[in-house]
Amino acid sequence: MPRKEPDAQAQAHARPESRGTKAASAGSAVPALRLGIGGPVGAGKTTLVAGLCRALHGELSMAVVSNDTHAGEDAELLEGEGVLEPGRIAAVHAGCSPQAAIRDDIAANLDAVEALEAAFAPLDLVLIEGGGADLSAVFSRGLIDRQIFVIDAAAGGRTPRKGGAGITDTDLLLVNKTDLAPLVGADLEQMRVDAAARRSVAPGGVVRDTPLPTLFTSLAEHPHAPAVADWVRELIAEHRASVAP
Amino acid sequence: MTRSALLLLADTRFPAGTHAHSGGLEAAAAAGRVHDTESLHEFLEGRLHTGAMQAAAFAATACLADQAETIEELDHEYDVRLVSPTLRQTSRRLGRQLLRAVRATWPGPRLDLLAGLSGNAPGTSADAVDPGDEGKSPAPAVSSTGGPHHPVVLGVACASAGLPADDAAACAVQGTLAVPAHAALGLLGLDPYEVAGVLARLAPAADRVAARALTVARMAVLKNDLSLLPALGAPLLDLAAEDHATWEVRRYAT
Repeated sequence: MPRKEPDAQAQAHARPESRGTKAASAGSAVPALRLGIGGPVGAGKTTLVAGLCRALHGELSMAVVSNDTHAGEDAELLEGEGVLEPGRIAAVHAGCSPQAAIRDDIAANLDAVEALEAAFAPLDLVLIEGGGADLSAVFSRGLIDRQIFVIDAAAGGRTPRKGGAGITDTDLLLVNKTDLAPLVGADLEQMRVDAAARRSVAPGGVVRDTPLPTLFTSLAEHPHAPAVADWVRELIAEHRASVAP
Repeated sequence: MTRSALLLLADTRFPAGTHAHSGGLEAAAAAGRVHDTESLHEFLEGRLHTGAMQAAAFAATACLADQAETIEELDHEYDVRLVSPTLRQTSRRLGRQLLRAVRATWPGPRLDLLAGLSGNAPGTSADAVDPGDEGKSPAPAVSSTGGPHHPVVLGVACASAGLPADDAAACAVQGTLAVPAHAALGLLGLDPYEVAGVLARLAPAADRVAARALTVARMAVLKNDLSLLPALGAPLLDLAAEDHATWEVRRYAT
């Protein structure tokens, strides 16, 4: 029988404290919040990064690390729109194993994040976009503070049911391309139910009081990702409060 | 001395960033030079007698060295042996990443020998961009070239882990062969048993190269002349590495 966990939310928020590198590497009192963005190929990770940059660059000092095999294109996209200055987007190559670079061996990504933090100090937010991988490809807590997992509603309505750490344990699940769901017969309501069910049980069978959050959007219709941007703003506020003297 | 430490350090899953590198194999595969286990065997044999021998001699010397000045000179000697700027930068990046992992696994005063080499602390020296240039400088902040070269770090890491110089040489050889072999699995879809078989068939030659590298290292230390260390370039790999760095779409960093 699953155990009941009284303070699941607080515990989930306590996890990032295990990352020991940030205080030493950042040049400011409040270290940058490192936010991982993962998900399968074509789910909309780059679109989300672009959306968050558009929505937040006016209020936050930001930088991006991209693990995309075609990172140059991402950089052009963001720099071309004048959203981020040149140099604020760094490319990391992940070999043939995108999950390795963000989870098993984070050396190259840490290197890139720390170099950006040093060059553009003080940064408020570093977005780290993983390469497209499977549903279990989550970020190591040694690399990021929080993570968003993006899936494509039109890639199949059964995805949330399939589980995997990306679905079950990430800080925010974003179901993108909701506008396309009816065209492929994906039932958004069923996805909502499945996602809530998967995200209400923590590893070890512990039931969370509230399921981890899931948002539904169409980044094509809302290119500034307003709901996700609000979620990030809350994270930043919480992050600042947690490290304030 | 401690065999388990050697196995851990030589494991391709040791988190020091090598998984993102193909050791020139991505370029060689795209050019059709490596396309099956036979041609992979030839490629690795070439690596064994050039890059692996050179890296092993430097790793063994770094393991024997107990003076920071020797380590600095060694790093310089290795630097001038790398013709390709891309590979020079990559060797320093991998050295920095290995050092990060070794600081967590085998911390100790021995690692202080590397302190004189730039880029030891990420975010300082070569990593930092002058804030005055912010926004104007087109140079990406992460194309830093700081940090000690990979074989130098490897040798010092072995010493810090309590491993002798022959293990440092063996580890350098093994690493030089394993990186392209693993990339071949990812890029060419070769039969993993056949690839493991290629590495096994190369093992006796790899041991001989490591032993020879150790002998050269000992001689260089004895005669106090690091210029005796081998300079074994591979011009085609140097050229291919420079070309590869300009590809728009690539899986591996090198």
